[in-house]
Amino acid sequence: MLSKVDGYIYPNEIELNWSILIVLYPYITGLVAGAFILASLERVFKVRVLRPTYTIALITALAFLLVATMPLISHLGKPLRFFEIMITPHLTSAMAIFGYVYIWYLMVVLLLEIWFDYRRDLVLWSQEKTGFMKHVYKILTLGVKDISPKALKWDDRLGYAITVIGIPSAFLLHGYVGFIFGSVKANPWWSTVLMPVIFIFSAMVSGIALVMFVYMMINYIRKKLIDMVCLDTIAKFLLVALILDFALEGLDQIHRIYEAEESFQILDLLVKGKLTYTLFIFQWGMGMLVPILTLAYLQMFKSNARLRRILYLISSALVLIGIFFMRWNVVIGGQLFSKSLVGFTTFKLKLIGSEGILMTVVWLVVPFLILIFLLWLLPPWKRHPEEATSDK
Amino acid sequence: MAKSEVKSRRRFLTDAALLTGGIFVASGLTPFGKLLYATERKNPNGPWYGMGIDLEKCIGCGRCADACKSENGVSREPFFFRTWVEQYTILNDGSVKITSPNGGIDGFQQQVPDADIFKSFFVPKMCNHCEKSPCIQVCPVGATFDSPEGVVLVDPNYCIGCRYCVQACPYGCRYIDPDSHVVDKCTLCYHRIMKGQLPACVEVCPTGAKIFGDLNDPNSDLVKFKKEYSWQVLKPHMNTDPKVYYNGLRAEVK
Repeated sequence: MLSKVDGYIYPNEIELNWSILIVLYPYITGLVAGAFILASLERVFKVRVLRPTYTIALITALAFLLVATMPLISHLGKPLRFFEIMITPHLTSAMAIFGYVYIWYLMVVLLLEIWFDYRRDLVLWSQEKTGFMKHVYKILTLGVKDISPKALKWDDRLGYAITVIGIPSAFLLHGYVGFIFGSVKANPWWSTVLMPVIFIFSAMVSGIALVMFVYMMINYIRKKLIDMVCLDTIAKFLLVALILDFALEGLDQIHRIYEAEESFQILDLLVKGKLTYTLFIFQWGMGMLVPILTLAYLQMFKSNARLRRILYLISSALVLIGIFFMRWNVVIGGQLFSKSLVGFTTFKLKLIGSEGILMTVVWLVVPFLILIFLLWLLPPWKRHPEEATSDK
Repeated sequence: MAKSEVKSRRRFLTDAALLTGGIFVASGLTPFGKLLYATERKNPNGPWYGMGIDLEKCIGCGRCADACKSENGVSREPFFFRTWVEQYTILNDGSVKITSPNGGIDGFQQQVPDADIFKSFFVPKMCNHCEKSPCIQVCPVGATFDSPEGVVLVDPNYCIGCRYCVQACPYGCRYIDPDSHVVDKCTLCYHRIMKGQLPACVEVCPTGAKIFGDLNDPNSDLVKFKKEYSWQVLKPHMNTDPKVYYNGLRAEVK
């Protein structure tokens, strides 16, 4: 085990404390926050062309949010004690409030917004369907069956209000995750005031890319035409978010290089050594520069719809991989060097076990299974036309 | 005298009185003092424990690390230490070599030829029982806490094993116990010091390099140590106010 060490590390530091499961945690929460922000563009900022992805974005956010805490809890030394964080939160801890932020976001923002958005359909489905599903939808209406225009107007108003609350909540959710890392003064790779901001922008990048990817896959599987105006608009937002994110990360690195504090030497070795592939190639190269150049090219030069679709699909997939590696570089990268600042340890990812690659894949696949289930339960394409209701 | 002049003078007097009174009231409010940590005297009526380490006296025998493991039932694997000893070798070319094989328990073998050595010395490390400990700050459930005597402790029945405190400790003093899966660290041998005994590492040190004592007691060995030597703490820029004070600490020490 000591062969894993270069230079000098404190003896307790040989094992990485936060493994790939904690990489997934900011990754998944970021996807949630980003997808929600995209949905809110339609609802609050009235970007009407995004209408086809509004519900998909919300449901995708919900599917991932339902899984967000699982890697965290399963990583705990005492998983069965996780509820202590809810019942006796220690208020000076940046981590203690996560449970509340999470519940707030899940119960108050996402579930309520989706419920208000779907309420009319739930009532109608509970009347149309027969057998078991009739009861399921009946339960989902929570007994509120009033679909008079007046009631629907209220749904719309409340849904709008929730989205307005939801935007700062999404920023809070992920900025807060960034703060959990950024506030650790003992770790110079994490400890930067920009961390929450970078987390918010990278969340937007990954969430927008996810919705883009999911929207294209849904239409591909359902053999439906993709609304290209909508897709082009998402691509434009993705490009803007990517550029902002890239600028922020660049600023962070330039700042580190120029200030060249005590920790600079070890971080320099880290970046040029153990993180070469994951940082320069996967995160910045594949995950940022290639998509930025591709999307910028498509903005500047007219291309046919087919080519655009293919490039959008590739770009969104690359961005999703790139942001995964961004989380990797933060979480794993921050633990590869010793706090003595004169040594490195090594992280070997195992294939099996609760912290292995297979389990990671499971945690990444489960949200998609939940998404499929939710899309089956609440199919956006089978919703009742809105002409009889309020005009959104 | 014009009427307006009287009015303005009266207003001046009222304002001045209000301002003076305000300053008096404000200066009487204790919370302002709390902005400065230094103004807060911890546990004024009881002991406030800390440790002095005299590097001039440490011979690197590693008995402290060994005794600690025996006394506290710490895993014998070489990756779990409540206290350990580091050997620093400064070479003639200015480069620094640091080692701590098995925490120093098995002693040290100098690998650098004598002719190349500028200076060599040992540094025992342990939890600094910081006054402003980041580990306590970040614990999400409050499982790690300051005892009334200023000892940073962990409640193993309450810790959820999230490892945030391990990340937050700048000194690498915490680890996850391989058996209980909760965090573990130096307790300053709380079970011993509460009975008036010395911590195990202090007890076994053959040269008296570790000085345990009460910072609130002007006659304690530790206070005398602090008066006598120009002590330093580890990583002072972290602003954690460690209560482990080193004599002879060189800038090379990490």
